[in-house]
Amino acid sequence: MRVVVQEAPFDFGAEAEAFASGRHDMGAVVTFTGVVRDFGGGGLDAMEIEHYPGMTQKALEKIASEAVERWSLGDALVIHRYGRMEPGEKIMMVATAAPHRKDAFEAAEYLMDYLKSRAPFWKKEHSASGETDWVAAKDEDEDALTRW
Amino acid sequence: MDVLYFAWVRERIGLPKETVTTDAATVADLVEELRAKEERYAVAFSDLSALRVAVDQELTDFDAPLAGAREVAFFPPMTGG
Repeated sequence: MRVVVQEAPFDFGAEAEAFASGRHDMGAVVTFTGVVRDFGGGGLDAMEIEHYPGMTQKALEKIASEAVERWSLGDALVIHRYGRMEPGEKIMMVATAAPHRKDAFEAAEYLMDYLKSRAPFWKKEHSASGETDWVAAKDEDEDALTRW
Repeated sequence: MDVLYFAWVRERIGLPKETVTTDAATVADLVEELRAKEERYAVAFSDLSALRVAVDQELTDFDAPLAGAREVAFFPPMTGG
């Protein structure tokens, strides 16, 4: 299991390639990547992500450990960036490896659901017109946790 | 103890961190003390349903005891991922 919190961009291809390599007992690897999305018409200049340095790593490790245990994963990877990012930049990725695809998919969804609402990150949108807005948490993101 | 603020809570109060001397028994008691300090605190803490709290870097709720706590953080619901 590996959890990385960093400001710098990460190399998705290299991370995905290296993940769970050398394991011959994992039949399924699932990866998910979150990307800064422009809300249409070039309106978004940048996304700024603030985090809680003392807590972020621990919170992510706890979430990842729970996924590894619950789905008996062979490996799990979480990379999450903070700081300023432009549309199209990758914000974060998760990867899960399991003997079978169902477990790998479910564990990846679990990681994403918990990362959204239980990891101490806050997104702020900087619009091209110079306005800034904190992204509000959605009720549906909180509701998504109840299925686990 | 250290009190930390993040995102719009930090912006509304106007600082990321401060050291507070308190005998507050619970997070809710600490919030009452902070509210009484200045208007900007009262505004930031006007609706607790819009806030989350961590004590010593673990998410908890406003009833949580503060005995022995070194760090309390207030912030809006998280938006990771």
